[in-house]
Amino acid sequence: MFEWIDMSLVDWSRAQFALTALYHWIFVPLTLGIIFIIAIMEGIYVKTGDKKWEKTVKFWMKLMAINFAIWVATGIILEFEFGTNWSNYSWFVWDIFGAPLAIEWIMAFFLESVMMAVMFWGWWKLSKEAHLRVTWATAIGTNLSAIWILSANAWMQHPVGMAFNPDLMRNEMVNFWEVIFSPVAMNKFLHVVSASYVYAAAFIIMVSCYYLLKWREKDFAKKSIIVAATFGFLWSLVTGYTWDIHAKLISEHQPMKLASMEALYDWWNGIGLKLWAYFGEEKSKWMPEVSLSPEIPYGLSFLAFSDINAFVPWINDILYRGYTNNAWEYERPYIERIAPWKIAIKALFDYKQAKKAWNEDLAAEKLALFKANEKDFGFWYFDENHMEEFIPNVPLMFWSFRTMVWAGSLLPILFLMILICAYRDRLEDKRWLLKLWMFTFLLAFLWQELGRVVAEVGRQPWTVQNMLPTKVSTSHLNVRAVQLTFFLFVAIFTALIIAEFKIMITAIKKWPKIDEK
Amino acid sequence: MVTNIFKSIFNFYYEGFKNLTSTSRKLWLLIFIKTGLIMTVLVLFFPNILWQYDTDEEKSDVVSSSLLNIK
Repeated sequence: MFEWIDMSLVDWSRAQFALTALYHWIFVPLTLGIIFIIAIMEGIYVKTGDKKWEKTVKFWMKLMAINFAIWVATGIILEFEFGTNWSNYSWFVWDIFGAPLAIEWIMAFFLESVMMAVMFWGWWKLSKEAHLRVTWATAIGTNLSAIWILSANAWMQHPVGMAFNPDLMRNEMVNFWEVIFSPVAMNKFLHVVSASYVYAAAFIIMVSCYYLLKWREKDFAKKSIIVAATFGFLWSLVTGYTWDIHAKLISEHQPMKLASMEALYDWWNGIGLKLWAYFGEEKSKWMPEVSLSPEIPYGLSFLAFSDINAFVPWINDILYRGYTNNAWEYERPYIERIAPWKIAIKALFDYKQAKKAWNEDLAAEKLALFKANEKDFGFWYFDENHMEEFIPNVPLMFWSFRTMVWAGSLLPILFLMILICAYRDRLEDKRWLLKLWMFTFLLAFLWQELGRVVAEVGRQPWTVQNMLPTKVSTSHLNVRAVQLTFFLFVAIFTALIIAEFKIMITAIKKWPKIDEK
Repeated sequence: MVTNIFKSIFNFYYEGFKNLTSTSRKLWLLIFIKTGLIMTVLVLFFPNILWQYDTDEEKSDVVSSSLLNIK
């Protein structure tokens, strides 16, 4: 029945989108965070009148401008790819996805661009106080533009505020505010931007540590570290807190994502919070042998539901057995959700045929049948004999999640350590800590990129949770064109990253000379 | 009054671009090159499947035939 789906095309389209998104996401969070740190530093400058702070602000602004230039055009590729590689998806969701994306474009291009120009070129035209207000407006505007794209992404994880239009074969927005302010969207925004602030703080500390290791710019580096480490430490706590809420929302709306993060195949591999696991050969049809690891008893139940006795479903519960959730509602297994959809999708097909034949009675009958089974649109595209298609890549999810959590637990400790040393003016004695921070930035980078991996790989096999599978979301393109452009983008991104890193490193190595009188 | 505002805005941007540092010039050059490269790849290799249809009905028919491919 699904011979028309070219999995090679789907995989290459996914690879291309992942490549662009991950490249884009190296730099965007730096801008989101650095701009706030700059705004804080400028506030100190306006309050104290100390010219060193003014120079400090201008130096970090220069690095921010370089970073901004690196990512500014790559977002365009993502937006084009929706239309080119993912036309079925785009049509299916555009009435919902289009509005936040359009607002993001308007905010990014008009508000951000205008404010940034005033921020960079307005030093000699505005008073100190007015310039500070512009910097804060840029910071807030830049971060607010992120809310739209993150709301659109959150909608894909937890679709709300829409109705399916069978005539136009697409979802249409019925409640804009429900889409933008759903708990999943709001928490996602807070979680992602707070992680971005931590990542940006790590970048500023890394550059400052580099100066200290070279015995240069001691005062500038120390002051930058104090501001960035305080900012990074506080926001790392917020990231942890919003992750806790995020985990609970995932448990409620995306149980398969949680089960794959924890490798909960079946009862035999426990319900505690595992520290690690080894994935061996396939034990049965699609379950690999998982060697058990030490685990925190009841840890997962507590993490997911704040209740040590809460039930967390295994993959086999979700697929075959069904389960009673913690609100005492029965959740039908996926295998049972496929069959009604075969009736419903046939009804939709027949409805469209009847409409074309001007048979209104038959059309009304088929539409009623379709409406009765409208929930969970996407299950039709799966087959009872290939239930493994519902499972995301478990080892990738398991290890991405764990690495993210370990890194996320280490970061506040490292921020606190360097902050204490900076306050005690002991930074130069702690060469090992300065060297450690050169790598800590890479840890923060890995941490926030793995967050994207857990969020997006964990949603598989869906582009829109329970509604549209990834495998039918693609355009009917020639797979060779997608392969070729994948490698073209690899080449372009590599060349750009080399050129742009060179500019960034040159700017850093050209000492800011802030400590010199 | 309105003319003066537009003139001030124009002068602000004109002076800003005129006094770009060498790093800024390099960055703008890179932005133009990469945007050009990216657009070239997208235009050459990716037909926008749905843009070739004029009405929503035609577009939905194309998507329906793909999503409701019942055999």
